Amino acid sequence: MKKLLKEFFKGIGSENPTFRLVLGLCPTLAVSTSVVNGLGMGIAATFVLLGSNIIISLIRKFIPDQIRIPCFIVIIATFVTIVELAMKAYAPELSKALGIFVPLIVVNCIVLGRAEAFACREGVFSSMLDALGMGIGFTLALLLIASIREILGNGTLFGLLVIKGFEPVLYLVLAPGALLVIGLLIGGINFLARKRRAV
Amino acid sequence: MDLTMFLSIIIGAIFINNFILSKFLGLCSFIGISKETKPALYMGVSVTFVTTCASIITWAIYNFILVPFHIEYLRTIAFILVIASFVQLVEMVIKKFSQALYRTLGIYLPLITVNCAVLGVAVLNSEMFFKPGMNALTSFTLSALQGFCVGLGYILVMLFMSGIRERLELCDIPPSFKDAPIAFIIASLMSMAFMGFSGFRF
Repeated sequence: MKKLLKEFFKGIGSENPTFRLVLGLCPTLAVSTSVVNGLGMGIAATFVLLGSNIIISLIRKFIPDQIRIPCFIVIIATFVTIVELAMKAYAPELSKALGIFVPLIVVNCIVLGRAEAFACREGVFSSMLDALGMGIGFTLALLLIASIREILGNGTLFGLLVIKGFEPVLYLVLAPGALLVIGLLIGGINFLARKRRAV
Repeated sequence: MDLTMFLSIIIGAIFINNFILSKFLGLCSFIGISKETKPALYMGVSVTFVTTCASIITWAIYNFILVPFHIEYLRTIAFILVIASFVQLVEMVIKKFSQALYRTLGIYLPLITVNCAVLGVAVLNSEMFFKPGMNALTSFTLSALQGFCVGLGYILVMLFMSGIRERLELCDIPPSFKDAPIAFIIASLMSMAFMGFSGFRF
C-alpha cells in the first residue's frame, strides 16, 4: 500500500514532470495563456496517459523489445485521436484554442516517457496510479503557470476580473513571458530543494 | 502561387513564427542539446532533413491514402507512424553507408521521432495547405517549402542559443539557476527580440 501511494505522489511532488524532470514543455508553455486552456490540456493529457499506461501495462509481455517504441506510439496515438474527436464534438471552443497542441500530445515526452520507464515494467494497478499521479502533477504545473500568466498578464482568473485598476503586463501572455515564467519557477523550485537538502 | 506567398512562408517560418521561440515546438531538444555549438548544429541539420522529408511524405499519405478513403480523422496516427518509420529507415541507411556520419548524427535521430517540431510541421501543413480546393502542385510545393524553412529557423535558433550558452559556462550563475532555468530566461529574451519580426507585412 505504501509503495502504491508513493507511485501516486511522486508525480505530483518529487518527480513532477514539468518542474523536476523538465519534460513535456512544448504544450506547457504554449497553452498556459489562460487557466481554462491549461486545465483542458491537463485533463486531455491525463486521460491519454491513463489510457496508454493501462493498455501498455496489460500487453507488456506480448510486445517484442525491438519494436516497442512504435507499438507504444500507436497506442498513444489512438488515445490522442479519441481525445481529439471528443474535444471537437463536446468542447469545440477549447479544441480551437488548443489548436495543433491536441494532436501533439502524441509526442509529449511525458506520455512516452512513462510508457518506457514505468508501464512496460510494472503491473496494471501501479501503472494506473503512476499515470494519475503524473497527469495530476502535469495539470497542477500547468495551472500554476497559467494562473501566474493570466492574473498578471490579463488581470483575470478563469476569465473573471481579479485585480481592479491594474494595468496588465501583456508581456506575460505573449511567447517570451511563458519562457520567463517557467525559467523563474524551475529556478525557484531548485532553490527551495537545495535549501531543504542543506538543512 | 506567386512570389509573395513564397516569401511570406520563408520569412514567416524562419523569423516571425519561429517554431522554437514563438510556437514552442521542439523545446525539449532545444534546451537539451544546446550546450555546445557542434552538436547543436548537427541536431539542427538532422531536424531540417527530417522536417523536409516528413512534409513531403505526409503530403503524399494524406492526399493519396487518407482522402480517397475518407479517413482524415486518422491523421495523427498515420502521420506519427510514417514519421517514426521514416526516421528509423534513415537511421538504418546511414548506419549501413556511412559509419562516420552515423557516429555524428546517429544519436540524434531517435530523438527526432518524438521531437514535436516534426509532427508539428506535418499537422500545421495539413491544416494550412491540404484543403480540398487547393491545386495539388501548389500544396505540395508550399508544404515542402514550409518544412524546409521551419528546419532553417530551428538551426538558426539552436546556433544562437548554443553560442550564448558556451559563453555562459564562464559566468558566475546562481547554482539553482544553472542549466535549464537560465536557458529559459535567455530564450525569453531571444523570443522578445524575435517578436520584432512580427512587424513584417506582405
